[in-house]
Amino acid sequence: MTRTALVIGAVLSGVFLAAALISLVWVPHDITGVSIATRLQPASASHLLGTDHLGRDLASMLMVGARTSIAVAVVAVGIGIAIGVPLGLAAAANRGGWLDEIIMRANDLIFAFPSLVIAILITARYGPSATNAILAIGIFNIPVFARVARGGALPLWTLDYILAARTAGKGKLRISAEHILPNIANLLIVQATIQFSLGILAEAALSYVGLGAQPPTPSWGRMLAEAQTMIYTHPMLAVLPGLAIVGMVLGLNLMGDGLRDLLDPRLRRGVK
Amino acid sequence: MVRYLILRASSLGLSLVAASVVIFALIEVVPGDPATYMMGLNATEENLAALRAELGLDAPMHLRYLDWVGGMLRGDFGMSYTYRVPVAELVLDRIWVSLPLAIYALTLSTLIAFPIGILAAARRGTITDHGIMGATQLGIAVPNFWFAMLLVLVFAVHLRWVSAGGFPGWSDPVAAITALTLPAVALALPQASILARVMRSALLDTLDRDYIRTARAKGLSRPQAIRRHALRNAMIPVLTIIGLQFSFLIAGAIIIENVFFLPGLGRLIFQGITQRDLIVVESVTMLLVFAVIMVTFLVDLAYALIDPRLRQR
Repeated sequence: MTRTALVIGAVLSGVFLAAALISLVWVPHDITGVSIATRLQPASASHLLGTDHLGRDLASMLMVGARTSIAVAVVAVGIGIAIGVPLGLAAAANRGGWLDEIIMRANDLIFAFPSLVIAILITARYGPSATNAILAIGIFNIPVFARVARGGALPLWTLDYILAARTAGKGKLRISAEHILPNIANLLIVQATIQFSLGILAEAALSYVGLGAQPPTPSWGRMLAEAQTMIYTHPMLAVLPGLAIVGMVLGLNLMGDGLRDLLDPRLRRGVK
Repeated sequence: MVRYLILRASSLGLSLVAASVVIFALIEVVPGDPATYMMGLNATEENLAALRAELGLDAPMHLRYLDWVGGMLRGDFGMSYTYRVPVAELVLDRIWVSLPLAIYALTLSTLIAFPIGILAAARRGTITDHGIMGATQLGIAVPNFWFAMLLVLVFAVHLRWVSAGGFPGWSDPVAAITALTLPAVALALPQASILARVMRSALLDTLDRDYIRTARAKGLSRPQAIRRHALRNAMIPVLTIIGLQFSFLIAGAIIIENVFFLPGLGRLIFQGITQRDLIVVESVTMLLVFAVIMVTFLVDLAYALIDPRLRQR
């Protein structure tokens, strides 16, 4: 059961990842040009999924759109890991100290915030762009990773081999990097998958309301926004980008669940 | 209990202060003069000076912050720059769309999630359980604004049961509730999927406990044991998620209101953004964050009522 979820999830998200990578070197049709003559065409041999209101090939748009969504989500997860994990490790190494206290209180606070509202505020004030969308989503990933890293690291600090490392004269920094980090990598990988999928959803929402990637860069969320006025006449324009989002997010979620069960032997035994 | 209340209330106060500082800093302290931003490129020097004076931008930062917070405490949210009416009036107009929508969606989500979560837990490992888990997995992956568009496509475009958007006002309650139904369903579905999963795992946790075995041993049937003992104990994590969901519903409503052209607080924020009316954006955002933090606080108090153990800490 676990394996099935993992495989389905990996294949599903792999397809979109591959589409995004391929779009770097090749797309079925150029999407930078506007071609009114071929606008709003149904699916055909040359346009597998048809064309949009500007005559751009929908399949190509979806491929390049995948690139935008994935890039935004990946960088946002990267920000969360790069800043959140060291903070969490530091908090765990100095348990109960002022750093721990500040980090955890700040965490509580950010969790109480409706993240999308603040993301909207940030992108609204600094101008809508993919970069600001990344920052807005990334900031909310920081406390998530800090919390996971701290939670994973705390029990490790009581173990004998950490004590051995301390008596051997290693400092907290070295122990965190050499012994704690590798042992919480599993937790972080699973969390990264989950945050990745949340990032895709958040990017889609921000782009949909016009606060994400700006024209002419295609993104799934903006394709949906543009399709909304044509939903009466050309519903497929609104259906396909949505299916892409669902496919990518579903794939990542299944993969996250599968990885968690696979990497945690206790859970694996519990399932059987 | 008194000690618990004081502790919780002081942390509530701290959260609110921190939230207001963050929002104020994001809007007013960062590089770029708010007046220049609001006026756009065509601003003349006199107009800019007039707006700066109106916003009180000449005053020092901390005085401006205190002024803003103090005003909000008195119910004065500032004057909208584009509408030329007090923001409080705009908010009062629109809260009667957003609040009923959030409550409607939360009710729907609970009504859907509880039965299917309980059913999945009661039938653990069966085809019913797998089916429900698969469906909720899909429900979580669906962006609510896209689901909203699909609902419009099916119920407004094809079946013509409801209109595709707009709000008729509360003078005709039936029409008003009808207008809020599709938006509420769109908001509720992803939340119901999450809630059903939490309900299932919380219930499975309690079903493994000894007191359930005792209850069964003294002759209660499985459904009776679930109803009388397991469900009550499973409510703690479920309540947490319901509280958290309010925050997602508020954020989700901002976007959903735009899909259905509902004149709520979310649309007000977006109009504020497109018209660069920072006064509206700042105050309405603070109001939404205030609502979310208050709900979290109330959920915490609800725990203490349900679970006496939490009070003693």
